Amino acid sequence: MNAALTMFLFFVAVTLVITYWAARRSQSAAAFFTASRRITGWQNGVAVAGDYMSAASFLGIAGLIAFFGYDGFMFSVGWLVAYLTVLLVVAEPLRNAGKYTMADVLAYRLNPRPVRAMASLSTLTVSTFYMIAQMVGAGALVTLLLGSSHISYQTAVIGVGILMIIYVVFGGMLATTWVQIIKAILLMAGTILLSFMVLAHFDWKIDNFFNAVTHVTYHDKGAVVTKNFLEPGLRYTAANHGALDLISLGMALVFGTAGLPHILVRFYTVPDAKTARVSVVWAMALIGSFYIMTTFLGFGAATIVGRDHIASHGGNNMSAPLLAQALGGDIFFAFIAAIAFATILAVVAGLTISASTSFAHDFYTNVIHKGVERSPGEEVRVARITAFVVGAIAMFVAILLGKDANVAFLVALAFAVAASANLPVIVFSLFWKRFNTSGAVLGLATGLAASILLIMISPSIMKVDPPGTAAAARHLIQRPAIFPLENPGILSIPLGFLGAIIGTFLRREPRAEARFAELIVRANTGLGAEKPVDE
Amino acid sequence: MAADEQQIPTAVVEWEKLAASERFRALVRAKRRFIVPAMIFFIVYYFALPILVGYARPFMETRVFGAVNLAYLFALSQFFMAWIIAALYVRAANRFDKMARDVISEDKIDPAAAGQDRQA
Repeated sequence: MNAALTMFLFFVAVTLVITYWAARRSQSAAAFFTASRRITGWQNGVAVAGDYMSAASFLGIAGLIAFFGYDGFMFSVGWLVAYLTVLLVVAEPLRNAGKYTMADVLAYRLNPRPVRAMASLSTLTVSTFYMIAQMVGAGALVTLLLGSSHISYQTAVIGVGILMIIYVVFGGMLATTWVQIIKAILLMAGTILLSFMVLAHFDWKIDNFFNAVTHVTYHDKGAVVTKNFLEPGLRYTAANHGALDLISLGMALVFGTAGLPHILVRFYTVPDAKTARVSVVWAMALIGSFYIMTTFLGFGAATIVGRDHIASHGGNNMSAPLLAQALGGDIFFAFIAAIAFATILAVVAGLTISASTSFAHDFYTNVIHKGVERSPGEEVRVARITAFVVGAIAMFVAILLGKDANVAFLVALAFAVAASANLPVIVFSLFWKRFNTSGAVLGLATGLAASILLIMISPSIMKVDPPGTAAAARHLIQRPAIFPLENPGILSIPLGFLGAIIGTFLRREPRAEARFAELIVRANTGLGAEKPVDE
Repeated sequence: MAADEQQIPTAVVEWEKLAASERFRALVRAKRRFIVPAMIFFIVYYFALPILVGYARPFMETRVFGAVNLAYLFALSQFFMAWIIAALYVRAANRFDKMARDVISEDKIDPAAAGQDRQA
């Protein structure tokens, strides 16, 4: 499999050249945090897509469809529809009224220190958990894809960690953006190619393809079964509250995407709100096309490769690469494998920069030092150090957990926190005059706590494993789950909104109400919005 | 920070007066008239999918074209629903942009300085 390694190293070389080029343009704060706000609409749209379509999308959803058919495709739908909330509610007001982070919008009329401290905590929680999930995924992937090249799990995790630190520390937002753009283009190219190869396999007849999908044969608990993979209910059955879990997941996606810090910071990289809008539309075109094509990737793997073969060659995350191997041989397998690494790298770089921006800008400068930089360039320096520290922690935890760790719930957790903590306070601060500091703090705290607690008592953490389960893959608490759903959104999102409402009614804050006028004029007209800066 | 130096002096802007102006209130009303129904529509349309799939499975398994069933077609239609709403919004938003420029010019503030006309 050295072809995969060669292609991946080529991608690394290109991105390092870009980082070198970007480094000289990333000295000032606006340049480092927002790429000088000079990213164009289509560029930012492609970068949003690159930031968003993680390994969970490319490998995870293809795998879910290959194993559970239609139920896996349900994930694809939610991942795109979620962008309507971003487009209609969040992107433009955020660009108009903010500077570097989502907390900027909250701090306009609320007491900045408590609000920024909580928002920063929520951002760091979402980013670090998501990052750890990606890192474990990266390491596990390398051992599967490059099994014969003597690259261990640890080496892979450290490699990914060092690269993402280099991109962010030296290249800032500009380098991160271009890594995401290149990755998104590669991912789309690979997916389109793979989809056409699946169609070609069925003699370009879509009927043949769907007919094959209606009887997929595989072994289940020793018996040979044939299932119609277009029928729902293979994964989310009535017995495990399947419908409720899907609704809960849908809520986390639809309300959470608009609260994901690494997506929100992307809207500060464009010159104005109109460009932010254009970039969401570009992102929706790409993300939507990609997720429609997961039909061919997932069902293609189910029909052409077969569930049994995938299960014995690395498990469901390997569905897309194995499909590539079956259709295009080892070179195409290598190409798809290299794309999978590139995918992970671009996402972790986006997570790192959003985490370090929030720590440096919200927590260090505005909470600890009350909004004053003690020396020029201090904020950027702190962000660079934070990127290094966050990267090191993520590497350390990922190595500690090991490649078999069950980390899928960390992604669910990130979306749940974004939907339950971040979105309620963003929406209320933009649309509710009476909203105030205690509402924001209680809303963020309730959403964060409810998401974490509900996940901890859900089947993601609490489950009795069958005897003989590998130690690392075992659930943390070997007891039946108290909360029956994998996704806490259906309960944690209302709790987050409720916390924000109750907190608001605890006190009156005349200043917050008085400054509402300024915020809505800024958010709706762009008057006084941050300008692009010259390099 | 560099960006701050380019800000127009917002201290001179009378935010309260702008927020209360007829043009601004018309802008907010126009936006709300589009965004609220659009949000309600897409939320209802989207959550109909897991609800129908979860609680009306036999109905959703009805075959429509060859092997393709209602469940898959409804899921696929969600993508087009999202794209159509996005396209309608972009069209409406061009109107909102013009209204926003009018709000600012009413206050005799140069709209270019406020970053409205920057995108060529």
